Amino acid sequence: MLLCQQNLAKKLLMVFKMKLTAKLEERLGISLMYIVVLSIIILIFVMFILLFKMSWPAITKFGFHFITSKEWNPVKEQFGAWPFLYGTIITSILSLMIALPFGVSSAIFITEIGPKKLRIFLGTSIDLIASIPSIIFGMWGLFYLVPFIRETLTPLLKNSIGFLPFFQGPSFGISLLAASLILSIMIIPIISSLCRELFLSVPVTYKEAALALGATPFEKIKLAVLAPSITGIVGAAGLALARALGETMAVVMVIGNSPHVSLSLLSPGATMASILANEYAEAGADLHLASLCYMATLLFIVTMLVNSISRFIIKYFKPKAFRGL
Amino acid sequence: MMDNTCNNKKNDENINIVLKVKNLSAYFADNMVVKNISIDYYEKSINAIIGPSGCGKSTFLRSLNRIHETVLDARVEGNVILDNIDIYDPSVDPVEIRKKIGMVFQRPNPFPSMSVLENVIIGPKLHGGLSKNALIELAEACLRRAAIWDEVKDKLNKDGTSLSGGQQQRLCIARALALNPKVLLMDEPTSALDPIASAKIEELMKELKKHYTVVLVTHNMGQAARISDYTSFLMSGELIEHSETSDLFTNPKNKQTEDYIMRKFG
Ligand SMILES: Nc1ncnc2c1ncn2[C@@H]1O[C@H](COP(=O)(O)OP(=O)(O)O)[C@@H](O)[C@H]1O
Ligand SMILES: [Mg+2]
Repeated sequence: MLLCQQNLAKKLLMVFKMKLTAKLEERLGISLMYIVVLSIIILIFVMFILLFKMSWPAITKFGFHFITSKEWNPVKEQFGAWPFLYGTIITSILSLMIALPFGVSSAIFITEIGPKKLRIFLGTSIDLIASIPSIIFGMWGLFYLVPFIRETLTPLLKNSIGFLPFFQGPSFGISLLAASLILSIMIIPIISSLCRELFLSVPVTYKEAALALGATPFEKIKLAVLAPSITGIVGAAGLALARALGETMAVVMVIGNSPHVSLSLLSPGATMASILANEYAEAGADLHLASLCYMATLLFIVTMLVNSISRFIIKYFKPKAFRGL
Repeated sequence: MMDNTCNNKKNDENINIVLKVKNLSAYFADNMVVKNISIDYYEKSINAIIGPSGCGKSTFLRSLNRIHETVLDARVEGNVILDNIDIYDPSVDPVEIRKKIGMVFQRPNPFPSMSVLENVIIGPKLHGGLSKNALIELAEACLRRAAIWDEVKDKLNKDGTSLSGGQQQRLCIARALALNPKVLLMDEPTSALDPIASAKIEELMKELKKHYTVVLVTHNMGQAARISDYTSFLMSGELIEHSETSDLFTNPKNKQTEDYIMRKFG
């Protein structure tokens, strides 16, 4: 009897110990994860500080004037970011304007119109575009898109809407337009996949409500798919924009990297990211390097902002009625 | 025109059949969930459909305005005749049918991106032909008819989804009425609502009966008994019994109906 009790006590103790170690392990695991996550955040912070420190000479020298100053001349040690800011804005906005209709309509087609059995296949195919390394886009752009713009697209544009200021001057193919087109292809999958998720999350009951009112399939999409998703689409566009702002490799190869501001989309230009990649290695003077870092800091801040705002929109602006339906 | 498959009494009184369901079967892929049902629905009546959960009530109802077929692999066999036209005739456009047969869903579903006013007039607005003023007048008439005008007349421009559940459901009824349908299909319209909101909707349905033919799926036997003129009892997709509500509840002809009612009320 006593033996039996002792045995029981032993067993209990063992179980208790096992539980204790299990608990300890769990705690350790969780703390480890905390450390990992924290160090990632710290790393980003440190990167920013470092960048800021390296740009300090340029910041003290040019101040905010850096942003609006048009001259970028390493020989004369004159550094202004406006041409690159301009190139970045133009190429991102243009690429967004091209990519948005394609991205949204591909998402509509895949989720609402095309055969439901092909949904996964089509979706994955588009997503795969996003996994192509950007250098490959750059090469394709240089070998095919650039000649295509020079020989086919330019005459077409000049003959139809050539009077617009956006299509003046000679065309070498290498241009803001080429960069924008490449960027748009690269961001279509982002928009498409976010929109697909968005459209699939719209409760079926809205689609049925629209149909029950005698809406045609197209009206149904407008009423019960697009309208409730508007804010989400804006968020998706923002995330795509952030990607376009920062894309470097493909742009470097087709934009020409010339620090000039021109209204014509056919002329070469440069973006903040492209000039960084292009000049960083050969920047001799300290001020040149500091100016590049200053630009990098600006790019860092802008992409972070666009990214966070878009994420915020996507997360918090879902119609309340979606919940629980 | 007159047909006496189901109810002789009413035929004598010369009341019109608005919707005639003939040998209707509905499938999800190969799964037959509505089995060969025939019912005549008379003008200006409330027709309840009761039966255990999963017996095919919603599917049957959704076959009456051709919404069922919008689900993947879903299909329907048989005929549903409205105004002497078989809505399942290949030449018929389902879009046109759905304008004549309104539907109210289990959970209130006003469009989340639209105001109260926009929600009411969206149907007529889609189909065009009415001026802005006419639309606004129509909205008021429909909101009044749906017994919600007094509650929302000061918030016409607020989001439809900002209303209470019961109000949202009456808004959805108003939205359906705006197309002036012949028939109103309602799928458990009060199951997501509290008792007071439910009672209001029941009152409203009694009013609606003066103008429309209502087909009402309900989980609530009391509701069927209180407000319907006819009741159909479905089980495993089959129509077990269809008769005047008072008969069905007090004097069911079928043993299964009797058992079901006894269990529910007992
Ligand atoms: N989308 C669907 N796909 C496949 N089967 C379904 C679907 N919806 C309902 N069913 C099946 O059809 C039968 C009838 O469902 P339903 O008409 O919703 O019943 P009720 O409304 O009476 O509860 C059920 O057995 C259910 O499992
Ligand atoms: Mg149901």
